[in-house]
Amino acid sequence: MPADTAPRTTVASVAGWGRTAPTTARVIRPRTYQEAVAAVRDCGARGGIARGLGRAYGDAAQNAGGAVLDMTGLGRIHAIDVGGGTVLCDAGVSLHRLMEVLLPLGWFVPVTPGTRHVTVGGAIGADIHGKNHHVAGSFARHVPSLELLTADGGIRTVAQGTPLFDATAGGMGLTGVILTATVRLQPVETSWMLVDTERADDLDDLMARLTATDHRYPYSVAWIDLLARGAATGRAVLTRGDHAPLEALREGTRARRGPLAFRPTRLPPAPDLVPEGLLSRRTVGLFNELWFRTAPRARTGHLQRLSAFFHPLDGVPHWNRIYGRGGLVQYQFVVGYGQEETVRRIVRRVAARRCPSFLAVLKRFGDADPGWLSFPVPGWTLALDIPAGLPGLAAFLDELDEEVAAAGGRVYLAKDSRLRPDLLTAMYPRLADFRALRAELDPRGVFTSDLSRRLGI
Amino acid sequence: MKDAFGLPQSLLVLGGTSEIALATARRLIIRRTRTVWLAGRPSPALEAAADGLRALGADVHTVAFDALDPESHETVLDKVFAEGDIDMVLLAFGILGDQARDEREPVSAVRVAQTNYTGAVSAGLVAARALQAQGHGSLVVLSSVAAERARRANFIYGSSKAGLDAFAQGLGDALHGTGVHVMVVRPGFVRSKMTTGLEEAPLSTTPEAVATAIELGLRCRSETVWVPGSLRLVMAALRHIPRGVFRRLPV
Repeated sequence: MPADTAPRTTVASVAGWGRTAPTTARVIRPRTYQEAVAAVRDCGARGGIARGLGRAYGDAAQNAGGAVLDMTGLGRIHAIDVGGGTVLCDAGVSLHRLMEVLLPLGWFVPVTPGTRHVTVGGAIGADIHGKNHHVAGSFARHVPSLELLTADGGIRTVAQGTPLFDATAGGMGLTGVILTATVRLQPVETSWMLVDTERADDLDDLMARLTATDHRYPYSVAWIDLLARGAATGRAVLTRGDHAPLEALREGTRARRGPLAFRPTRLPPAPDLVPEGLLSRRTVGLFNELWFRTAPRARTGHLQRLSAFFHPLDGVPHWNRIYGRGGLVQYQFVVGYGQEETVRRIVRRVAARRCPSFLAVLKRFGDADPGWLSFPVPGWTLALDIPAGLPGLAAFLDELDEEVAAAGGRVYLAKDSRLRPDLLTAMYPRLADFRALRAELDPRGVFTSDLSRRLGI
Repeated sequence: MKDAFGLPQSLLVLGGTSEIALATARRLIIRRTRTVWLAGRPSPALEAAADGLRALGADVHTVAFDALDPESHETVLDKVFAEGDIDMVLLAFGILGDQARDEREPVSAVRVAQTNYTGAVSAGLVAARALQAQGHGSLVVLSSVAAERARRANFIYGSSKAGLDAFAQGLGDALHGTGVHVMVVRPGFVRSKMTTGLEEAPLSTTPEAVATAIELGLRCRSETVWVPGSLRLVMAALRHIPRGVFRRLPV
């Protein structure tokens, strides 16, 4: 076999988006399914794991001393059913690419997280959710079937509703390597959003507003100021909306002439070297104050580009660098409805501790998703970012875990980089089923990641 | 695996009765560490140390290890690594010797050098290879402030630590990019059983303070840690003092 048909392999340091715990692995970039099969067969004693665009915050797509399959080389869109609204594509295709291709055809992805730079494979593996979870559920709900490369080197077609599908959705790549997936799309008339913005003065106000009117909007999220204290604790800006219909765009404007154009704005990337402690209580406090004050108190029907509404951070490539060398920790938990007191307590504790967090969001989830390790359950989810170097953070987050677990909640594995392993079974009751399926499907533990080692999944 | 804060889940201590090592182990067990291997010469003290850590809830094993027997290092350490990943190796063995006696009896001086330096070279290389194979982990080497500049009062110990320190720095550079992190820890005078009866030096510290500094160093992925931190500046100055003056200093 000529050398140029072998997949590109490099030994590289691999980290998650939070850049906290890099480890070294052989990074293999298969460009065909045969190369992916060969990579899984030859991945050696320390196993392998698929990796997409590396947007998981923690160590989910790392495999110290083993193989990491960079799936972005498998990036073809095979078929688009323009009438029925489905797409069949490789797992390495990004949501960004899908939007570029599908928006002009009048279709949009069913679910998008806060970044569109995730792959379809990663979206299924983490069973991602978006601002529309309360009406649309997680990503894997919109995947009728997928092709999975399993530990024996075979490729199986896995249909929704089967145990293997439910283990794979949210399974963090530990059941195998997703090669292709069919995704059901949603029709849109424009690439614009009609957005209602309102401010909430404190946490109770915020939760009341979300509870009362969330059902009116397919997309809903609240940015929350976790540095505000006292009476303002938990003050927030709610942004909720829907895809704009064609008639919402004024006649004669550029937007009306090309209603489905996808033109995300892109600023220069964040520099690799930033001063340590750029994100301090002072700077983040100032940012949060401005963000809250400049948000409209109440505004309805504001037109916004898709990218500005869904992916504001994608405008700044490598924004994670602003956390400096120490990196960042994302903490996202969900607790069920009826556990509002836990949310209040955690918000108060984070505020009292003055964690410099500027990307904190609160959202209400809809029905639970079928994936065994899928994160969403009906209830409140709060996500926050904290510079990893903050003193005492490890112990503090452990205490929050205790609160979350005691309330029957869980933390999101795609964001985790530090959970205490013994809490995992309490948080994910179907973990035993997952382990049993994995023991049968992959008895040698071919699919292994730093996350699975750390948590003993 | 280490978590986002560099906290290890499994720890191998070479020199399992070292007070600094045990203080570090206690601290890490409170955080994340579940498995501890204490390697040292079999002794009641080693077993007592293991019991002490077990009481904190860790799964503790002892393993026979002799720094003065480099031929055995590979067998001993490979056996430990075969049981599962080791997130952190703490190279903590070392002896202070008795400067006056060691100057009179070169054989006992050589024993200090062999324990602190050649023993560490052998164990350090074996551990480094195992860590490299697993693609992650920290090798934490207990050096000393004495390694920075030889002093009349303890140059035999100091020279052995200087060798160790230089070795560990070079090893850290050699392993850069392999996923393995090497951290050199330079404590000042540590009040412990190793130093009982000695006159206390300025800026002295405790095993617990060294443990705290190690935890912080793991979080920051530091390559050099001074305990207390102010020694970094003090030694930077002392390093440049002319010999004639340095000789006369009461340090």
